[in-house]
Amino acid sequence: MTTTTAPPAPAGETSVPDGAPRKRAAARAEGRAAWILALPFCLLFLTFTAWPVLQSLFMSFTDTRARDLRTPFAVDLVGFENYAKAFGDPTFRQAVANTAYFVLVGVPLTLTVALAAAVALDRGIHRLRSVFRLGFYTPVITSIVAVAVVWRFLLETDYGLINTVLGWVGIAGPNWLGDPNWSMPALIMLATWRNFGTGMIIFLAGLQSVPWQLHEAAAIDGASAWQRFRHVTVPMLRPTILFVSVTTGIGYLQFFEEPFVMTSGGPLNSTISMSMYTYNQFGFGNYGYAASLSYLIFVLVAIVTALQFRFLREKD
Amino acid sequence: MGLNSKKANWWLYGVLTVALVAVVAPFAWMVLGSFKTEGELRSSPPTWWPQTATLDNYTQLFSRLSFGDYFTNSVVVAVAVTAGNLLFCSMLGYAFAMLEFRGKRALFLVVMTTLMIPGVVTFVPLFVLVANAGLVDTLPGLFLPFLVSPFGVFLMRQFVLGLPKDLVDAARVDGTGEIGIFARIILPLCGPALATLGILTFLGSWNNFLWPLVVAQTEKTYTLPVALALYSTGQNSTNYGLLLAGATVVVLPVLLVFLVFQRRFIEGIATTGIK
Repeated sequence: MTTTTAPPAPAGETSVPDGAPRKRAAARAEGRAAWILALPFCLLFLTFTAWPVLQSLFMSFTDTRARDLRTPFAVDLVGFENYAKAFGDPTFRQAVANTAYFVLVGVPLTLTVALAAAVALDRGIHRLRSVFRLGFYTPVITSIVAVAVVWRFLLETDYGLINTVLGWVGIAGPNWLGDPNWSMPALIMLATWRNFGTGMIIFLAGLQSVPWQLHEAAAIDGASAWQRFRHVTVPMLRPTILFVSVTTGIGYLQFFEEPFVMTSGGPLNSTISMSMYTYNQFGFGNYGYAASLSYLIFVLVAIVTALQFRFLREKD
Repeated sequence: MGLNSKKANWWLYGVLTVALVAVVAPFAWMVLGSFKTEGELRSSPPTWWPQTATLDNYTQLFSRLSFGDYFTNSVVVAVAVTAGNLLFCSMLGYAFAMLEFRGKRALFLVVMTTLMIPGVVTFVPLFVLVANAGLVDTLPGLFLPFLVSPFGVFLMRQFVLGLPKDLVDAARVDGTGEIGIFARIILPLCGPALATLGILTFLGSWNNFLWPLVVAQTEKTYTLPVALALYSTGQNSTNYGLLLAGATVVVLPVLLVFLVFQRRFIEGIATTGIK
């Protein structure tokens, strides 16, 4: 907070008599330079992040609609009406349930696949490690829109690649995107496929910090590979697991592109997500209502983050 | 692992190979499919190699639809966003790491707490703001809100913290100005961090969807993901060959860049994840 440079010696202790004023001048120059460097960020940040965050909160208590665009403050305050409306809105409740489904199944699944891949690459094999690592990570860098387009065709009932492969082993694949029971599993499958690479890379880095001696000691004591994984690797990786589950969870809470491209939220609203419903309300011109929905997503993100921190911290 | 490691290894290689095929196959199928005719794409069982390879899908993509323009829009937006982030985030990152100034802690706290604010929270008032500035359906409207990011500041700060503070003190003794120290001494040393931030930012902008979808309202400002998503849900929704070619155009440049710079990507993810 305060502007003191030159940490070791307080001003009075310098041997040069005029040291103190010169140091103060230097500190002022430093502070000025720091603010000049910070200025562009601060201006852009205030305009495009801080202001909209506050404005969004304000808007969520108003009945702002598209035609109020030019006069964002000349609108009526409606208190918690938008929020009340959201909780009573059957489509939004469906969107909340769908999002919960996506997060509660998708996050553990993605983490499990990521951790399995990381452990296999870290300890199990010696050759071609970088080839597998590269391959598994590739989907992460691609546009969700593009892969969702591709997956829509892969999931075709009659001539899709996935049902063809299932046919080889005698399984009649479902009408993935047309059946309300299978649409969400299909989206979760896509999300896991696309995202586990990030977790895998972070777990691989985390595994480097697990001391090999602990594994050796446990092996000498007769612990099986699974016991060593369960009681040595997992506890050592706890901070990393926390990090990956929080970031994956925050991302999954906002899923949008997958239903937008693959199902338009259908069939029978079985894949409409909170973000997508918010976007739709915005599209209808209900800005105030959309703002309140986006704040609900924000609150959920904050709660999920806090809960995951607690849950994974407690066991230390 | 011990003595039975050889047997376990073969089993593991098998599983990993199947997994690798499952991960990579959709991309191979996308690229190969983009050269197939509409009829072949609907044949059952599906074919792997195109029986009659055709460039029709690409010709249509760039002549009947304006994918060339969308490509340019995507590049312009991504370059602007990347340049802004590299410059502005490194400036503030350096100030946080090496300089003392009034309000530093408060500012740092604000930046950190906004790290996790999702884009979906701000897009409605942001749209109102951009609309009132007359920037809807313009390229500046697409990139201005993304010129800085808290993540970029954090990344640069962490990197600069690892540089010796003596560099700054010595330059001051030599009479170099404060801004000169940043521009001529610190910035040239930030190569690795700038590369990581640049790659991640470019990629994020290239794949960004919600905001361009909101702001780009006519074809002249569509970015590639917006165009692809709207065509895939609109009148071309059943034109498979065209959509696969479109997806290839979105994915392939990024894939090539990734293969060239993969080490940097993966290190970037690993270090930002751990720190």
